[in-house]
Amino acid sequence: MDEPVFSEPWQAEAFAMTVALHERGLFSWSEWAEMLSAEVKRGDVAADGSDYYDCWLRALEALLAAKGVAPAGDVDALAEAWQRAAHATPHGKPILLENDPQPAKPV
Amino acid sequence: MAARVRALETILTQKGLIDPAAIDAIVETYETKVGPRNGARVVAKAWSDPDFADWLKRDATAAIASLGFTGRQGEHMQAVFNGDGAHNLVVCTLCSCYPWSVLGLPPVWYKSPPYRSRAVIDPRAVLEEFGVSLPSDTKIRAWDSTAELRYLVVPERPEGTQGWSEEKLADLVTRDSMIGTGLALQPEAA
Repeated sequence: MDEPVFSEPWQAEAFAMTVALHERGLFSWSEWAEMLSAEVKRGDVAADGSDYYDCWLRALEALLAAKGVAPAGDVDALAEAWQRAAHATPHGKPILLENDPQPAKPV
Repeated sequence: MAARVRALETILTQKGLIDPAAIDAIVETYETKVGPRNGARVVAKAWSDPDFADWLKRDATAAIASLGFTGRQGEHMQAVFNGDGAHNLVVCTLCSCYPWSVLGLPPVWYKSPPYRSRAVIDPRAVLEEFGVSLPSDTKIRAWDSTAELRYLVVPERPEGTQGWSEEKLADLVTRDSMIGTGLALQPEAA
């Protein structure tokens, strides 16, 4: 009964961003439900629901790309930069985008 | 996944669409403040106060809001009452709509494809898997949630709880009993 609400911090952040953007009026909750539904209905989702927040994030990315707020290419490039920064950051130190050894042009 | 979330967060913050402090506040709310204890208070009040039960039946959104629980998506609530040979079960076949304001965020199984499809097709078998065996003449009704309308099951009040306070009654109301995949606890189990 008392399983944690989120199993990893990124899930909580993806969830909260969606709630915040909806409250800001960027999309209606029905629009969101439609996007999420399309993702969770794909044939390759896990039967135990364990990849639910993967679906959630894909739905959020698709919705923000469709709204022109965060084009997929920008997200890809920044995600790679974050990953490079994470590798370049010593263990135990906070990861900062400035630590990316190959900074791309700012988006 | 974490890197992609960071990337989105960076873009949205730069565009002034989200405020990282507000994001933290939302996470904290859902991790610690909103959960099935809210729904248990609603059910316990309905068990104790016939006027409230009546209000809950007629206008669940308003009755629940009177206890301070309101949805963030402007969704409407409907309370479905077990009893008189009927049992109610809630599902979202479309995605994972769920009454967040009273139950918090849904458990993993609620979001799983098998539950979402089978709760409607074969609710009795699903209930058996949850350890709930109902008499064969009990009618089982599955309610399919949407983005606009979410359901709260009001389980039957267990026998032997006459004179109990709302607080004590609320301890008998489990999350699953308010989804319909369980029953309220018996007094000796509380």
